[in-house]
Amino acid sequence: MDDILLLDAVERYMKNEMTAQERVFFEELRKNNPAIDQLAVEHLFFLQQLENTAQRKKYQHALHEVENKLVNEGVISKKNLRGRAKVVHLWNRYRRTISVAASIAGIVSILTATVFSIYNENKKEKLITPLVDYKFRQVDAKLKQFETQLNEAAVVSKVPTPVKPKFEANFRATGFLIDVSGFIVTNAHVINNAKNLIVENKKGEQFFANPVYVNKITDLAILKINDTSFKKFLALPYSIRKSSAELGEQIFTLGYPRDEVVYGEGYLSAKSGYSGDTSAYQISISVNPGNSGGPVINRNGEVIGIISSKETNADGVVFAIKSKNIYNALEEIKKTDTIRLPLSGSVKGLERVQQIKKIEDCVFMVKGN
Amino acid sequence: MSINNHEQLLLEGLAKNEQKAVETIYRDNYGIIQSFILKNNGYPEDARDVFQEAMIVLYEKASSGTFELTCQIKTYLYSVCRRLWLKRLQQSQRYTATIENIGETITVDDDMTAHEKKDADFLLMESALVKIGEPCKRLLESYYLEKKSMPEIAKSFGYTNADNAKTQKYKCLIRLKKLFFAQYKNGG
Repeated sequence: MDDILLLDAVERYMKNEMTAQERVFFEELRKNNPAIDQLAVEHLFFLQQLENTAQRKKYQHALHEVENKLVNEGVISKKNLRGRAKVVHLWNRYRRTISVAASIAGIVSILTATVFSIYNENKKEKLITPLVDYKFRQVDAKLKQFETQLNEAAVVSKVPTPVKPKFEANFRATGFLIDVSGFIVTNAHVINNAKNLIVENKKGEQFFANPVYVNKITDLAILKINDTSFKKFLALPYSIRKSSAELGEQIFTLGYPRDEVVYGEGYLSAKSGYSGDTSAYQISISVNPGNSGGPVINRNGEVIGIISSKETNADGVVFAIKSKNIYNALEEIKKTDTIRLPLSGSVKGLERVQQIKKIEDCVFMVKGN
Repeated sequence: MSINNHEQLLLEGLAKNEQKAVETIYRDNYGIIQSFILKNNGYPEDARDVFQEAMIVLYEKASSGTFELTCQIKTYLYSVCRRLWLKRLQQSQRYTATIENIGETITVDDDMTAHEKKDADFLLMESALVKIGEPCKRLLESYYLEKKSMPEIAKSFGYTNADNAKTQKYKCLIRLKKLFFAQYKNGG
């Protein structure tokens, strides 16, 4: 008997789709033919496993929805008084180690920064390319200008909307929200020397932003949207991972190497970055100038890194800053700004297409001049 | 008795995957579990992880059909969370000799063993689904997990008719079965 026919028979048998006659025949067949009976038993068991998987996925989805809802309502608190006492306790226990580690790190980084700065600069320029797009302006910006002129002409006649002052950007990269109220992470090299910064969402809405944190050593920068037209998000769909990611994890990114948001996927290929840099990962993914600052997200919807550069002479060798650095940055700026990182991602367990739909709203084009 | 009836209804709702039941149980119990975890060397994010896993254990138990309520949901969840958290503390070597308890517990050993087995099966099926690749994964998920009809699937995948899609589905299913059972038998 054909395998496929048999499987179909088992499934119809299980779903009660057989006619009485068929049913009798099938039961007879099983009785007289142990091999067929075994296959049927095995297949029934397997279908049960599949059904369990389906139910569990559905249930997990419900759990996440509820959790997000309660976090937003404040029922599940992000901070807890008793908890804080415990955190302080842990802090006391490890403070010595941490401060020693911090001071060593300080010394090393100062040394690297002064003694090797020239050397590093040269090396970096030669072998790795930051992924900022400086060329886009020539073609795309012209097109865009025409487009906006056309749009404006169309709009003006109807509703007088507040028009942003003309803004001529000369570079473009990517950034993503880490706080519902408009804090965006990108690379320090992106905003290097920029006088004005604008972030733009996928609908083309632009918001003025200014840096609140820049760290050239980790190459991390945080921008704050300072624009009344920006509406707060209710929740972010992803979370930021604090611990290290695993080798071989499937990852994807969204970014603006073009005027339109672009998706790319790959995997984590090493737990350190360029020449053993432990604050970064090496990932294998296809990226282009403009992808700098884009989030690197795993299948559970956790941001594990920020795309920063790629090796000049090799294809697909890309470096991403570890997400842990975001947490470190927050420590430094918490005196001036309070940033609340998203705690749990609502896209966990969703199909990739659905994940992207939710995430793309939180990925911005970062432009400046 | 009325309390027990209420809890029984909640569990029935849980077994049927009703979001409202999930939410009620969450609201009633999360706070206690969080304070237990925070008291014992954990962070709020640990509490969320542990609570979610305990909710899965409760779901498995509620949907097994043989579930009898021998204690309050609160006690059950706390017992499971306590077990899960102790295990995590041991694994991460953060184990402290004294655990601050905040309530009475019941034995959940059998349930935990059953849960570990179910969890392993679930992960196995998930990884087999990833391994068969596209479009097989999407095809099988649409039919078996999302319960879409064959004509609907044929349309969205661009097969000429439902029978073609069905044949393709079975071919994929045979591959999935092979992958699943290869591991399943190895793992015992």
